[in-house]
Amino acid sequence: MKVAYQRKRYWNEPTLTLWERAYLPEILRGLGVTSTVFLRNMGRWITGRKGALTTYYPEETRADYAPINRGKHVLTQRPDGTPQCIACNMCATVCPAKVIEIEAGFDPDDAAHPKFPVRFEIDYSRCIFCGLCVEACPEDAIRMAKEVPSLPSGDRHDMWLGLEELLTWNPQRDVAKPYPPAAAAASPGSAP
Amino acid sequence: MTQDLAVALVFIVYAMGALITFGTLLTWVERKQAAVMSDRIGANRAYIRIPFTQAKLVWWGLFHGIADGVKMLLKENFTPRSYDRVAYAIAPWIVFTPVLLVFAVVPFGGTLDPGRLIPPLADWFGQRTYPMQIAQLDAGLLVVFAFSGLTVIGAMLAGWSSANKFSLLGALRAGSQMISYELVIGLTVLGLIMIFGTIDLGAIVRRQSGTVLGVLPAWGIFYQPLGAVLFLTAAIAENKRIPFDLPEAESELIAGYYTEYTSMKMGLFMFAEFIEIAIIGALFTTLFLGGYNLPYMSDAGFAFPGGATIALSHGAVVAVQLVTFLVKVMLLCSFQILVRWSLPRFRYDQLLAFAWKFMLPIALANLTITAVLLWSHQPRPL
Repeated sequence: MKVAYQRKRYWNEPTLTLWERAYLPEILRGLGVTSTVFLRNMGRWITGRKGALTTYYPEETRADYAPINRGKHVLTQRPDGTPQCIACNMCATVCPAKVIEIEAGFDPDDAAHPKFPVRFEIDYSRCIFCGLCVEACPEDAIRMAKEVPSLPSGDRHDMWLGLEELLTWNPQRDVAKPYPPAAAAASPGSAP
Repeated sequence: MTQDLAVALVFIVYAMGALITFGTLLTWVERKQAAVMSDRIGANRAYIRIPFTQAKLVWWGLFHGIADGVKMLLKENFTPRSYDRVAYAIAPWIVFTPVLLVFAVVPFGGTLDPGRLIPPLADWFGQRTYPMQIAQLDAGLLVVFAFSGLTVIGAMLAGWSSANKFSLLGALRAGSQMISYELVIGLTVLGLIMIFGTIDLGAIVRRQSGTVLGVLPAWGIFYQPLGAVLFLTAAIAENKRIPFDLPEAESELIAGYYTEYTSMKMGLFMFAEFIEIAIIGALFTTLFLGGYNLPYMSDAGFAFPGGATIALSHGAVVAVQLVTFLVKVMLLCSFQILVRWSLPRFRYDQLLAFAWKFMLPIALANLTITAVLLWSHQPRPL
């Protein structure tokens, strides 16, 4: 026996009133919503304010990153401005993405810290921002700031950040490390 | 005779320049307006660097249209192996050319008197005056329908000749959709033709220059409000844009009838679509919004209902009329983009049901009411 096709009925089947079935009023209401948003945003742009929720990346980054956001790595510095890193390679060892490359140098004049990094590079094209390097560091030499690194570029090799980019952290806020380095330079044990 | 040629040449250059500029500009307007409507910033990266300097002209991304064009021109021109070569090659042109030709009969300004406008040429032009329109055809609206009906052939040809199932489906959809909505457009405009008693677009615009009931400008939209809504809806449907973009519905048909087109051939389809936005705006302006007329304005200047008048020179009148027309067209283009970014797409059966079961009866009712009203108002010899 041939059974006529019956469309399945759902419990929350939408019901339209006659006004909604008339189609045009609801269309006009929809157009009203979008044109209101358009005019509001346009008014903001014209009066010199920002009429968009998105950010103009990379010139502008969003302001609402959490304080504990794991963004760009920073290498902390001693009072004289040298990196606190002792090139022990523990961060490079623990790194699950294997993005940290350290080349160690030897400084016989600095008895307390004879080893120092000549090259410290992070490949941000592969970094997963897990923060394990921060946890592994015995010297508190690497931390993560909440700002994200500014990486957009036409070349993937520009995504390698070296010592000069990672040492830009301003240690003024850190009470443990006196600043400016010039004030601490008088104290003994400082390297050039 | 030479004078006529010179003026016609100026008009053609002006009209072509305006249309191409509109087409290029609308790609940017569409992106930017959509972005502002959805709280985004929009295209803003393309720039022109002034040669030998580091000064970059970004101008809110205004040059993205040029960047698009250059990209289209430089892309690989890939063609499928199994296709009808001739039909495949001419299809984009059959879509593109009629769209431009429609503008030939649209008046974009009032009467031009070159002798008064440029005094040194007064001797050469004598008493000649020209309506600002490329072709002053009595059959204006018929030409519009004839040419806009041609584009469906281009769409069908493109779909048929690409030897691709998606293209063919898109072409079939385009064919049935455009023919259905063309019927609605015709019936809608018929009411207007009955009121104005002519199909010459120049005459239609001149008929809209006065006022009705003393205050309202005598624009078509005040005679035929329902007709105006129907015309705009059907015209957007004929242009195959969202919410009527079934022939090229990308989630179903990849790109519809131009799936197999690449580089500038595909760009030509897109460009034709954008120019058609401007053409729809121009036609709607001409038929329903009084064309180049501003309310209370005539060739002598403004004459407000209160009795105040502002006299304008011929040059000022021409400039005001040209600018008025362009501004009206621009506003209508903006409205079409608003519709495109607000409404969701129809289902295919809904699309055809909308044309045949909803718009066609309303258009017929509109036509009947217009006819009855006209008949009851006409002076009868008794």
